[in-house]
Amino acid sequence: MQDYSSLGLRVGIEIHQQLDTRHKLFCYCPTIQRDAEESNFEFFRYLRSKRSEMGEVDRAAKEEVARSKKFIYKAYDTTCLVEADEEPPREVNREALQITILIAKMLNMEVVDEVHMMRKIVIDGSNTTGFQRTALVAFDGHIDCNGKRIGIATLCLEEEACRKIEDRGDEVVYSLDRLGIPLAEIGTMPDITSPKEAKDVAAKLGMILRSTGRVKRGLGTIRQDVNISIRDGARVEIKGVQTLDILDKIVEYEVLRQLSLLKIKDELKKRGASVVNKVFDVTDVFANTKSKVIKRAECVKAIMLKGFAGLVGKEIQPGRRLGTEFADIAKTFGLGGIFHTDELPAYGVSKEEVEALRARVGAGNRDAVIVAAGKATRVENTLIRIVERAEYCLAGVPEETRKANEDGTTSYLRPLPGAARMYPETDVPAVKITPEMLKVEIPELIEERARRYTKTYSLSHDLAYVMADSAFYHLFEEFAEKIPATTVARVLHTAPAELRRDGINTDVLEEEQFRMVLELIEEGRIAKEGADEALKILCENPRATKDEIVDRIGSASDLDSFIAKLVEEKKDFIAEKGANAFKPLMGLVMKEFRGKVDGKVVAEKLNRAIKSMLQA
Amino acid sequence: MDVEGKRVRIKAKGRIFEGVAMPSSTNSFVLKLDNGYNVGFTEYELLEVFEEGKHGEEIAALEKKESLPDIKIISTGGTIASKVDYRTGAVTSQFSAEEIVGDVPELAEICNIDAMLLYNILSENMKAKQWIELAGEVYKAIKSGYEGVIITHGTDTMAYTASALAFMLSTPAPVILVGAQRSSDRPSSDAAMNLVCAANAAIADLGEVVVVMHANTSDDTCHIHRGVKVRKCHTSRRDAFQSVNYPPLGLVSYPSGEIKWMAERIKRGERELKLADRLEEKVTLVKFFPGLKPDIMDYYYDRGYRGFVIEGTGLGHVSTDWVDSIARISEDSVVVMTSQCIWGRVCDRVYDTGRYLLEAGVIEGEDMLPEVALIKLMWLLGNYDVEEARSLVNKNLVGEINPTTRYWEVEK
Ligand SMILES: [Zn+2]
Repeated sequence: MQDYSSLGLRVGIEIHQQLDTRHKLFCYCPTIQRDAEESNFEFFRYLRSKRSEMGEVDRAAKEEVARSKKFIYKAYDTTCLVEADEEPPREVNREALQITILIAKMLNMEVVDEVHMMRKIVIDGSNTTGFQRTALVAFDGHIDCNGKRIGIATLCLEEEACRKIEDRGDEVVYSLDRLGIPLAEIGTMPDITSPKEAKDVAAKLGMILRSTGRVKRGLGTIRQDVNISIRDGARVEIKGVQTLDILDKIVEYEVLRQLSLLKIKDELKKRGASVVNKVFDVTDVFANTKSKVIKRAECVKAIMLKGFAGLVGKEIQPGRRLGTEFADIAKTFGLGGIFHTDELPAYGVSKEEVEALRARVGAGNRDAVIVAAGKATRVENTLIRIVERAEYCLAGVPEETRKANEDGTTSYLRPLPGAARMYPETDVPAVKITPEMLKVEIPELIEERARRYTKTYSLSHDLAYVMADSAFYHLFEEFAEKIPATTVARVLHTAPAELRRDGINTDVLEEEQFRMVLELIEEGRIAKEGADEALKILCENPRATKDEIVDRIGSASDLDSFIAKLVEEKKDFIAEKGANAFKPLMGLVMKEFRGKVDGKVVAEKLNRAIKSMLQA
Repeated sequence: MDVEGKRVRIKAKGRIFEGVAMPSSTNSFVLKLDNGYNVGFTEYELLEVFEEGKHGEEIAALEKKESLPDIKIISTGGTIASKVDYRTGAVTSQFSAEEIVGDVPELAEICNIDAMLLYNILSENMKAKQWIELAGEVYKAIKSGYEGVIITHGTDTMAYTASALAFMLSTPAPVILVGAQRSSDRPSSDAAMNLVCAANAAIADLGEVVVVMHANTSDDTCHIHRGVKVRKCHTSRRDAFQSVNYPPLGLVSYPSGEIKWMAERIKRGERELKLADRLEEKVTLVKFFPGLKPDIMDYYYDRGYRGFVIEGTGLGHVSTDWVDSIARISEDSVVVMTSQCIWGRVCDRVYDTGRYLLEAGVIEGEDMLPEVALIKLMWLLGNYDVEEARSLVNKNLVGEINPTTRYWEVEK
């Protein structure tokens, strides 16, 4: 167990939460996700960066431009010219601003007097404009988490970026459906000092956001970025943590990575290591190679890291080596990866080739050689950038933006952006915050509601929390007054969860469908045991009427007794034929129930009945 | 005390803030915080103002490449190149050749650039005076040996300026008008690509006034439109400019710069360089709508106007109530009929109303765009008497009138 306080761990969290508004932040398009297949129009653009006043292009911006990618955008019948950057934005969506003010109040923040929309330069293509529109709405708040006060630095209202669909190396495909959905961005102070605390604070903020009842739910509607630093390490920003479950791991693994990099630095210093600032063309070394990747390549180049032998292959996070960091850089340039001598010979590269390679670049046994293959300019740019990164190994941990992987490790994404990349969005007028706008009603927090449910309805704490956190909590409250609370919870939570486990798509179940099932139970038209079946019917056909549901559940129970009777009558036949009895018996059942009950359901039930008969 | 643009420390909402004081259009105090955001405060206390040195920028002088043709860029406003100061958020337009090439480095591979800032005005503020001066500058540039001239222009009235130049200037070299539908301070601006395509058109085998702008919403091609056949047809899209009643002359591919010619054009060197730069300003364009009284024509006539372009309905009609007024006015004026259909040719011989209008002295404007007819009439009345102007207005001079209208597919 790491002693995080002695390492000087400081963590700040940035939460991006999609708001559930009727339309987007700067146009009147709905805030709905689309399937890329439904796209009805496609276009492409390039983006350019500007020289800043200092005469230098922002570091992060420059790296994107060096790649000069083509950005392909998919448009839909639910997106408009604003998303396509073909029409000026409309005024800020007031509904989104009002929700942001509500969040500000719940986080004990001060709201500015006038909201100014800014353009934040982002040239990875995720915004058609080349910038993200964002405004600082509130500052200087706090929440209490496990008895500790955590500062909330800023709350911004901004537009969501495009959804990335495909990265083809020098082309990236984006979907416009997500672009422009209002997003609240909450940034905490770096007050968090342990992995667990990071997870708890994020969970608490998520709970507060959901308590508004005005935010989107589901995968991808909330993302966490984490800023992590340790003493002697560097500030690293980790982007796009999609689930809370791995947040503690992210912090833990990043600390591990920084400590490993510091150890590598010490070792390199001890060895007197250095990086040779030169890119060698080694294409001819691999003229007769068996490596498929290299054989296919137009050009093979290499760099030499003096005194790095053994360290490039050293693990710095579970399953990730220093060499993986270099490979990440290659990937951002559109290459598949790199080879390095700590792992060679392998992948079809022979011992002789490795020796020739070492000889060519003048590397001894204590040195490492990095090889990249592909298009000449791309390979050259990649290796120049890796030289830069390798040089930083002698200094310690580079400040950078990293991407969260599913297992809690992270990959290099780009250098940390400079601070000054914003200028005013002059197309959108500033909004004065009036006293009326600040009069918001603070909703009951989900955790308070859960406590109330435990008390009022004698539910277990867990189930009470689930109900309080449900998008349909008001249905729960309404029906828990009339039928047992556990039955309501079964309809709203347990049964759908079980149906999902069986591979049934329950996304179609909305308030209307849940209400129908609850009413059927309340009216005594179906038993509470019939809830699962009723929901299943609605999953298949969300338009089913109450009468149809009652009918079908009725015929389903008829079916059960019919099958039971039939199996009993044909006992000997089954004993004789075994599993082969199924087909003829299926015919008999279907004769009776065709059109009333799904054949698949009949087959399932009959099969089960035959099996249990055979076992008995 | 004027603190705008200076670094300040203020107290607001019980807290201390530092940042750069920004211009404000309301009475709030707008502060650019160090995190880049602007925020507004209504109540604040100014605690301290810091003096800061100016950040300068060194721009290397451009080197001429002997092998490349020389092109002149004349800026009239609108930002084809710009610089953003992320410290203050200010956007400034760029006009020197060095600055333009710094913004669009591909240009240096296509041609040698000299640049001049003629105006820095909004295109809706352009008048005949500016058109005349601009024509003079283009004339001088071509005379002094430039292989082509690029004029950067706000898009709103670009087509009017193109027409004015087309009539005033007989040119042996390409004269290209170019602009941007998205301002050049943004990474997604169409300015750079339009400019690169314009430069390729400026060195091409072309000898007329054209507009070069995006051919579609993607960054892959620009159209070369004949200046007297083009119109801005969309308020905001990149491909707002469209050729009307004549195909675009060519298609420029980006980034290759290859040109595919698509319609008959005037080629380089086909015409002699000549300038006839007088324009009569007392010419007007009247759009007819149901119920509009002819008083509007009398109003202009009584104020000395002798050139009238009517944007009529359909084939070229106005109410029969107008016939008497028109008959009186056309005694010593030129009255040209165009159509608000925009697409197609005027024909006043199909219906009675049209025949009455012809008898009253109306001249059919053929397939001319209303605003092109307006500029043409300004030019004719500036250089010829009414009788000559009448006989020339429905004759093709620079490609504004085509004898036939064909079907064509526009390749984008
Ligand atoms: Zn839209």
